[in-house]
Amino acid sequence: MLRLERRPQPSRAWVWAAPLLAVVLTMLAGGVLFAALGKDPVAAIRLIFWDPLFSQQFAAFSRPQLLVKAAPLILIAIGLAIGFRAGIWNIGAEGQYIIGALCAAAVAMAFFPSGPTDVRFLGLEFTMDSAPSRWWLFPLMVAAGAAGGFAWAMIPAILKTRFNTNEILVSLLLVYVAEKLLAAAAVGWLRSPEGAGFPGSRNLSRFPEAANLELIPNTGMHWGVVAAIIAVIFGYILLHRHMLGFHVQLAGQAPRAARFAGVAPARLVIFCLGLSGLMAGLAGMFEVAGPARMISIDFNVGYGFVAIIVAFLGRLHPVGILLAGFLMALTYIGGELAQFTLGLPSAAIQVFQGMLLFFLLALDMLSNYRIRLTSREVTP
Amino acid sequence: MMGTMDLSSINPVVLAAALMVAATPILLAAIGELVVEKAGVLNLGVEGMMITGAITGFAFAVSTGNPYLGMLAAVAGGAGLALIFALLTQYLMANQVATGLALTLFGLGFSALLGQGYSGVSPPRTPRMDFGWLGDIPVLGPILFRHDPLVYVSLIIVAGVWWFLRYSRAGRILRAVGENHDAAHALGYRVRAVRVAAIAFGGACGGLGGAYLSLIRVPQWTEGMTAGAGWIALALVVFASWRPWRALLGAYLFGGIVTLQLTLQAAGWRIPVEYLAMAPYLVTIVVLVVISSGRARRTLSAPGSLGRPFHAAG
Repeated sequence: MLRLERRPQPSRAWVWAAPLLAVVLTMLAGGVLFAALGKDPVAAIRLIFWDPLFSQQFAAFSRPQLLVKAAPLILIAIGLAIGFRAGIWNIGAEGQYIIGALCAAAVAMAFFPSGPTDVRFLGLEFTMDSAPSRWWLFPLMVAAGAAGGFAWAMIPAILKTRFNTNEILVSLLLVYVAEKLLAAAAVGWLRSPEGAGFPGSRNLSRFPEAANLELIPNTGMHWGVVAAIIAVIFGYILLHRHMLGFHVQLAGQAPRAARFAGVAPARLVIFCLGLSGLMAGLAGMFEVAGPARMISIDFNVGYGFVAIIVAFLGRLHPVGILLAGFLMALTYIGGELAQFTLGLPSAAIQVFQGMLLFFLLALDMLSNYRIRLTSREVTP
Repeated sequence: MMGTMDLSSINPVVLAAALMVAATPILLAAIGELVVEKAGVLNLGVEGMMITGAITGFAFAVSTGNPYLGMLAAVAGGAGLALIFALLTQYLMANQVATGLALTLFGLGFSALLGQGYSGVSPPRTPRMDFGWLGDIPVLGPILFRHDPLVYVSLIIVAGVWWFLRYSRAGRILRAVGENHDAAHALGYRVRAVRVAAIAFGGACGGLGGAYLSLIRVPQWTEGMTAGAGWIALALVVFASWRPWRALLGAYLFGGIVTLQLTLQAAGWRIPVEYLAMAPYLVTIVVLVVISSGRARRTLSAPGSLGRPFHAAG
C-alpha cells in the first residue's frame, strides 16, 4: 500500500524538478487535448514552444513579443510572490493593473497636446509660446501608475487590518469593479474626442513624451522590461538578503513565531498588498503607454491572473519567476501562432495554462512528502 | 421622456418575483460551498465550477433538447471539476487556496473551449411550475408560485442541508471533521472520505447554479457569463456565518439589489450603466466588511479546521 510520509524538510531537488516535470506533463496532456480538437498535437506543441523562438518564418516577429509579454507577468508575479510567501493572498492584481493603467493614461491625456501649443489641464487652458520639452511627463505617469495600483490594493489591505475582512475575496471582487471603471473610461471620461464616438482613448504612441517606446528597435525592449529586471533584483535582495524578507517568510511559515520575533501582522499586510499593487499598477502603466497604446474596453488580457501561475511556477523565487515569466509569455505567443496557422481556439491556451498549474500543484506533493510502500498494518 | 427616470414603471410584484430568479444561482453555489466549508475545506474554485456547469448544462440541454438532462450534466460537470480539487487537496496535499484558484482559471478556459459554437444558440425552454389555483392568488401568486422548478429545488436543498447538518448523524460527523479533523480522525471517522463527498456536493451545487444562469436566467451562453457570481457566493457563505437559512436570506437580499439595479438601468436612471453594474460587487464588499468587523464579528463561527490541510500521520 502506498503511504505518504512527510519530509522533515522540503526536498530541494523536487522543488525545482516539479515545475520542469509539470511543463512536460502539460505538454503531453495538452497534446491529447489538441488531438481531441482535431489538430496535429506534435505540430501544435512545436508551434507553441519552438517556433516562436527558432522558426525562420515567425521568430523575427515573435522574439520581441517574448519580452513584451513576459515583462508585465514578471513584474506582477514578483509582487504577488512576496505576499504569497507571507500567506497574504492578493489575487486582484488584474484590477490593480487596470487602475494603474487608467491613472497613467489620465495623466497623459491631461497633457495631450490638443493643438500645436495649447495644453488643457483640469479644464483650464494654458497657451504656451512654444511647446517646451515635457521630460517630466513620463516619470509622472510612472508615479501615477504605481500610485493607482498601490491605492487599489490598499482597499483590501486596510479592510483586512481594520475590519478583519478577507483579502482574497475583496481583492478579487475589486477586479470586477476595476473592469467596469475601465469600460466607463473607455466610453466616457477618457474617450478620444477624435474617435468619432467609438470607445477607446487617444493613441499614446502619437504623443512621444508619454509613450513607452522600444528602447532598442525590434527587440521588444521597453521601460517595462527594465522595470521587470529591476523588480527581479529587488525581489531577490528583499527576500534573501534583507531582514524584511526573513520576516515575510517567518510570517508565512510560523505566524506565532513571527509575532514573538516582533513582526507586526498589520504592517506586513499593508506592505505586501501595497507592494504587489504598486508593481501591478506599474505593469499596467507600461502596457498602456507601450504595447497597448491606449485605453480600450478590452485593455486587460488576464496578465494579473496568469501572473499567479507564474509566481507558483517560479517557486515564489525571483529567479524562478523570471524563467517562468518567459515560459508563460511563450505560451501566449505560441498560442497566437497556433491560432493563426492551425486554427487552434484561443481558449485552448487558457486550458493549457490552467493544466500547468494543476500539474505543478500535484507534483509539489513530491517535494514535501515521500511516497513509501508499506505493508498493510493496523495503525495504532 | 428621454433621460429621466420613470419610477412608476417599477412594479413591486414583478421586482419581487425577479429577485428570486436573480438569487437562485448564487444561492445554489453558496449552499454547496457552505457544506464544503463546514467540512473544513475552503474551495475557492466556485466560479470555475459554476461556469463549467453553465456550459456542460447548456451544451447537453441543446443537444438533447431537454433542459433537465442539461441540469444533470451540469451537476456532473461541476462535481467532476470539484473532484480534481479533491484529488489535489485531499490526496496530493496541495494548498487549498492555490488549487481553488487553479480550478477557476482552468474552468474559465475549459468552458470557453467547450462553448465554441454555442453563442447565439437558444437553449430549450424550461417550463414554469403550475401550482393550479395557488398561482392565481393576487400578489403572492406571481411572486411565489409561478417559477421554474429549480427555484423550488434550491429551497429544498437549503432545507435539506439545514436538516442534514443539524439533525442527521452524518451531518454531525461532517461538522466534527470540519471543526477538528485530528479529533475526528482519532474517533475513527474517515476525514478524507467525508471531505471528498462534501467537495463533490459543493461542485454539484455550483454546477447547477451555473446551469441556472445559462439555461433559465439569461438564457444563453456567453464566455465568462458567471461574471463573479462564484466569488459572490463565497462571500455569501461568510455573510451567512455558515448557517443555511442565513445563506438564503443573504442570497435573496443580494437578488433584490441586483434586480433593483437592473430595473433602474431599464428605467433610464442618469447614472451610466458601467457604474450601476459595479453595485453587486461593491455591496458584497460592504457586507463583508460589516460582517467581519466589530461587534457583528462572527468569524468565531467559522469551522475550526477551515482551510487547514489534514495528513494522518498514524
